[in-house]
Amino acid sequence: MKKKAKRLVELPFSKSVRIAYQSIRARFFRSLVTTSTLVLAVAFLCYSLIGFNIAQGILLTGDPELQQILAQNGYDLETGVTLKGSAKQRWIIILSLLVCTVGIINAQLMSVTERFREIGTMKCLGALDRFVVRIFVIEAAMQGFTGSFLGAIVGGFTAIVSGLVTFNTLDFLPLIMDRILVSSLLSILVGMVLSLIGVLYPAFLAASMQPVEAMRVEQ
Amino acid sequence: MPSKNIVRVSGVTKNFDLDKLVVKVLKGIDLTIETGKYVSIMGPSGSGKSTLFNMIGGLDKPTSGKVFIDEVDIAQLDAYELAWLRCRKIGYIFQTFNLIPVMTALENVTLPMTFAGVGTDAAIEKGMHLLDQVGLTGRQGHKPSELSGGQQQRVAVARALANSPAIILADEPTGNLDLTTGEEIITLLKKLSVEERVTVISATHDYKMLNVSDQVVWIRDGHVDKIQDRDELEIQTGGLKA
Repeated sequence: MKKKAKRLVELPFSKSVRIAYQSIRARFFRSLVTTSTLVLAVAFLCYSLIGFNIAQGILLTGDPELQQILAQNGYDLETGVTLKGSAKQRWIIILSLLVCTVGIINAQLMSVTERFREIGTMKCLGALDRFVVRIFVIEAAMQGFTGSFLGAIVGGFTAIVSGLVTFNTLDFLPLIMDRILVSSLLSILVGMVLSLIGVLYPAFLAASMQPVEAMRVEQ
Repeated sequence: MPSKNIVRVSGVTKNFDLDKLVVKVLKGIDLTIETGKYVSIMGPSGSGKSTLFNMIGGLDKPTSGKVFIDEVDIAQLDAYELAWLRCRKIGYIFQTFNLIPVMTALENVTLPMTFAGVGTDAAIEKGMHLLDQVGLTGRQGHKPSELSGGQQQRVAVARALANSPAIILADEPTGNLDLTTGEEIITLLKKLSVEERVTVISATHDYKMLNVSDQVVWIRDGHVDKIQDRDELEIQTGGLKA
């Protein structure tokens, strides 16, 4: 019996993905709330980063008129060509990261905690701890990717449009395409990582509980 | 079938640590249950029957004492083997049904088979057959929220049978059901226990259970009060009626 046990409790990866997908679809509204928290958080982060990139781009254009507008908008111009992050800039980015972290972790924490009973039941049916964790991680990855991707698009678009409005030109854009890309990818990465962190802790917690304890948790 | 003991509980105690207070729920339970029997664990609420049920099912660990399933001490099993035991040896039925709300009836029934490595087609075929058996033909696509309490419990019964377990553990299976539906579930359990030759162990305070039980274990205040076989019971209920 012991030998058999090693081979005969399993959950194929494709099944995990299916269960995770189903779970997101079945709780569409709940997932939407979680995902939109992600979208907003990542959008804010991406907006801040790309806003910073645009300021750099304006400096790169070397156009004194545009730099004047930049200064009027509260950016500290320094003597060099590159704009080093001012204290204010750094503070905005740290703040947006903070909002992002708290928002995402909170949303994921809630969505796992309300499913403790389900986790307990799955364990009664013979699920290993790691099946449970895997399902939640896949779910978080799906939501994390979708949310972060949308967030990056929204944030980036908003930043560029506000740049256009402020400076009345998009001349800076070709100069900073690579930086914008890096900023967007960075925001997506941060969103996904935070989403995973947010889901891993409660999922591990629930999965390592005795089934009865998990089912006893008040819903 | 030889009357082998499928479950043996020896000197089991369980304490619950509440902040400043230790509640002794089980105070030394010894019990053997024979293969193929329909056993009811009876007792008033708070007597520890659900706790005992959880110990037998490997859902919680005893403070001291041992639980043997098929003469294997379940405290010695690692996580894999325990999962294997829960998956293949034991089918669980709960008072609150505990179906996975996002899955359809059929998916709920096939989930344990997925864990047991049964292929999708075979699992669906067996799942449909089980749903037929519990009288839910044509309801496979319904979510638990679209089913009545009795129907949900039927799905739970089908799910418990998915991997042809040796034991079905039912914790207050009729607790959330009305009289008639409860009786239907009891009849269904009895029928299946005879047809599939599974041992049914049910924690309950529902006296309707007495009629179908081969053996009744009375629990009082964390101790086994008395164990009655079916014939003794009939004499008693007969006496009551007369």
